[in-house]
Amino acid sequence: MSREQLVVERTRKAFLTGSTKPLKFRIQQLQCLLRFITERRKDIADAVHKDLYKSEHGTELFETLGLEGDIQLAIEKVWEWAAPRPVEKTLLTISDEVYIRPEPLGVVLIIGAWNYPWAVTLKPLVGAIAAGNAAVIKPSEISSHSAKLMEDLLPLYLDKDLYPVVTGGVTETQELLKQRFDHIFYTGNCTVGKLVMQAAAQHLTPVSLELGGKSPCFIDKNCDLNVACRRITWGKFVNCGQTCIAPDYILCEASIQSRVVEEIRKCIKEFYTEDPKTFKDYGRIVNQRHFRRVVALMEGSTVALGGDRDESQCYIAPTVLKDVTGTSTVMTEEIFGPVLPIITVSGLDEAIGFINEREKPLVVYVFSHDKKLIRRVITETSSGALLANDCLVHATVSALPFGGVGNSGMGCYQGRHGFDRLSHLRSCLIKKLNMEAVNSMRYPPHTAKKMGWVRFFLFNQVSVCRLRRMALLTLVTVVAGTVWLKYFTSNCRNTLSDTGGRSV
Amino acid sequence: METQIQVIDRLRESFRRGISKPEQFRREQLNSLISMIRDNEELFLKAVHKDLNKPKFEAIMSEMDILFNEAHYALSNLKTWMQPEYVGKNMATKLDDCFVRREPLGVVLIIGAWNYPVNLTLIPMVGAIAAGNCVIIKPSEVSAATESLIAELVPKYLSQECYAVIRGGPEETKALLKNRFDHIFYTGSQTVARSIMQAASVHLTPVTLELGGKCPTFIYGKVDFKAAAQRLVWAKFFNSGQSCVAPDYLLCSRATQDALVPAIIEALKKFYGEDPQTTPDLTRMVTLKHWNRVMEQLKSSKGKIVVGGESNQEEKYIAPTVVVDITADDSLMDQEIFGPVLPILTFESLQEGIDFVNTKEKPLALYVYSDESSVVRKVLEETSSGGFCSNDGIIHMAIPTLPFGGVGVSGSGSYHGRWSFETFSHRRACMMRGWALERLNSLRYPPYDENKLSWLRWTTSPKSSCNIL
Repeated sequence: MSREQLVVERTRKAFLTGSTKPLKFRIQQLQCLLRFITERRKDIADAVHKDLYKSEHGTELFETLGLEGDIQLAIEKVWEWAAPRPVEKTLLTISDEVYIRPEPLGVVLIIGAWNYPWAVTLKPLVGAIAAGNAAVIKPSEISSHSAKLMEDLLPLYLDKDLYPVVTGGVTETQELLKQRFDHIFYTGNCTVGKLVMQAAAQHLTPVSLELGGKSPCFIDKNCDLNVACRRITWGKFVNCGQTCIAPDYILCEASIQSRVVEEIRKCIKEFYTEDPKTFKDYGRIVNQRHFRRVVALMEGSTVALGGDRDESQCYIAPTVLKDVTGTSTVMTEEIFGPVLPIITVSGLDEAIGFINEREKPLVVYVFSHDKKLIRRVITETSSGALLANDCLVHATVSALPFGGVGNSGMGCYQGRHGFDRLSHLRSCLIKKLNMEAVNSMRYPPHTAKKMGWVRFFLFNQVSVCRLRRMALLTLVTVVAGTVWLKYFTSNCRNTLSDTGGRSV
Repeated sequence: METQIQVIDRLRESFRRGISKPEQFRREQLNSLISMIRDNEELFLKAVHKDLNKPKFEAIMSEMDILFNEAHYALSNLKTWMQPEYVGKNMATKLDDCFVRREPLGVVLIIGAWNYPVNLTLIPMVGAIAAGNCVIIKPSEVSAATESLIAELVPKYLSQECYAVIRGGPEETKALLKNRFDHIFYTGSQTVARSIMQAASVHLTPVTLELGGKCPTFIYGKVDFKAAAQRLVWAKFFNSGQSCVAPDYLLCSRATQDALVPAIIEALKKFYGEDPQTTPDLTRMVTLKHWNRVMEQLKSSKGKIVVGGESNQEEKYIAPTVVVDITADDSLMDQEIFGPVLPILTFESLQEGIDFVNTKEKPLALYVYSDESSVVRKVLEETSSGGFCSNDGIIHMAIPTLPFGGVGVSGSGSYHGRWSFETFSHRRACMMRGWALERLNSLRYPPYDENKLSWLRWTTSPKSSCNIL
């Protein structure tokens, strides 16, 4: 038996003891997870620095801050999320209990990614724990320091049988995927995403795939370019462009291309100094393979700013390419690096056409003051999310579902969405054995009269809520009418007495 | 005649042009679907009668009226469902608009099943139309008469630009699945579902799988046997047990079994008469292959038949049959019966019964009959299933506000009512930020420092979304 098989079996055994069902237990585990993040902040920052050259503040800002918020939200809300959810009843079920019961799925596999090794691996874990599941956590081996730290330290805080960490590369992941899970949550690229889904098909395991794609960013020529470019520069070069929701490329009219380049140049200087290579808050490409990949993508395009690189450090300067076309090398795949191509279009129509010719991205960005223009982008494109006039920040709103569509993924998470995604929403109809006489209309031998009754009771559109609303409306009307009448009649009486009884 | 690829391309072009998206169009199509059934009610009744010997009552209740109900429900609620859903924000995003928009997916494929050939093909279609998609439906070829009727009528009533019927058997379905869809909705068996999910993985197509399994029924504690028997018999032998949510087998104590069996026999007599083969109110097995499958299971059983057992191959008839003295390894416990045979397993305690059920795969539905609410609660809390119903059977399917779907190998995803709309929609997170307060944004720009970070901790915390403003 392989190590992976053993781990999964042990996790399932632990789940079957039922210990994850009580909400108190789930909250306690979430509190332990929070303690882990806060107590080991330094260790986590060190690991991320080694993996991605991210500064300590950068790690807190982009990894642990959001994670802490998620955990706190889950701790606060799990009682509400896990409670039975009554639904609108029909006439025939008026005396029954009809509700949805969120239940744990079982053992969830979470395959993390390397770009935000903590956020992207542990955020789904928050949902898994809150929903009462056990989880096998497989951090990405590419962010090896973070993976090692997670493997060493997480078992000191969380129940190690219920939430084991399994490290390893491709072979170990493939072995894990042969095992049976109740849900697989994968963050990464499309190619592996397909393999994950294929493996899941063997066991009919549902999957959540958080993938990526080329997220376009349209800039309206009439917008405040200074503000737009600040926000875009920040969104693009955070984590050296290695963000699934980074603006991948810009679409704008030719008349503003130079200005856009200049504004971005100013922002890069402001954010990352004249020499980003020596600046603590500018990261690195995760490894040489990805470094070479990103450098190769720049081939054939004109560098408008940046372009410097150093393979020994996996450093690529914040780079902007101009006059890029749809067939340029840089447009053949998601860049996932600090290279920002600008493609000029004749206007919004061409931009929308350009976006729609391609796979649905994880996010579409649009910068404009014109609400009508933004509305057109919303209604005429499709993407995981749409953010107008900024980058990345939609991911901080826990009430918004975070996920893709089409090639950018399936399923969503964050906040309650993560809880629901990793729960089974079980339909419950609780009836009693009384009132059996009512049921006789549905039993054979069938008659036309019985059919009439069934049609009325079973399929009547009048719902209990509507009945209540109608009753309330009637009551309000009656009360209002009574009050008005009283007021009107007393007024009349007063008027008549004022005028000595003469009619007015 | 168009090839499959031509049909798909045509629908994709229609979707690209936005034909299926406007609310008015969706309403028109839903109304046309209602007219299609209403205008041709007799033809539909004839078709399901030909396929399954389905009595008019069953057909109207479980095929036509339930479809009308869904379509009307969608029409009544469509405006609300299509509205953007505004959501709560944190302090940093307080002045922004955050909402979730339900958007159509594109071209979706619905593969129907034969046991409720109208219901299981067209109810998902209601959701797909309501959600603004273009839809290809592939009715089951096993229920051939209904397949033929659907293929003839859908193009006459619904927009041919946006909706199409593709016919065929396993080979045609295999070829169809090579194409790319934006969602695949399948009702049927676990084996086929695996190939469907595999085919879907090539294109990263999300799937909804409505499968089956052996739905257990517990009868424990104090019970009104007459009422329980009637409800159980109705649920089991409706459509001759060919329902994905039919109670597959019973679990009870020996004493309960002794009290229950006579009540079941009485209910059977009351419903189907002395000779069920002569009543018009009992369907038949859909094909000889399925008749053989169930007969084989029955013949190989080591249990004792207490009622029924008669059959007629020519008519594909199997009498409502109850078998006792069933052990866990009996042939009737091998696979989903999907026929009018009800095995009873005895476990003296409820706990033993629950433990037994939990060794098996999670079923699509799980039932318990008891006058004691503690028994009902225990079963609910200690088992898992797609849906749960106490003191009745299959009727939870008719409530549009409950999500209908499985868990584990009984399926993934759900539908009915709003759940259908959600299944065939993409929930797109939208955020409209303002241009003002750029100075506030500088908190997040590099160079990073502790001061900026502490402000950000406060503004983005979920606690700070309390309503100070």
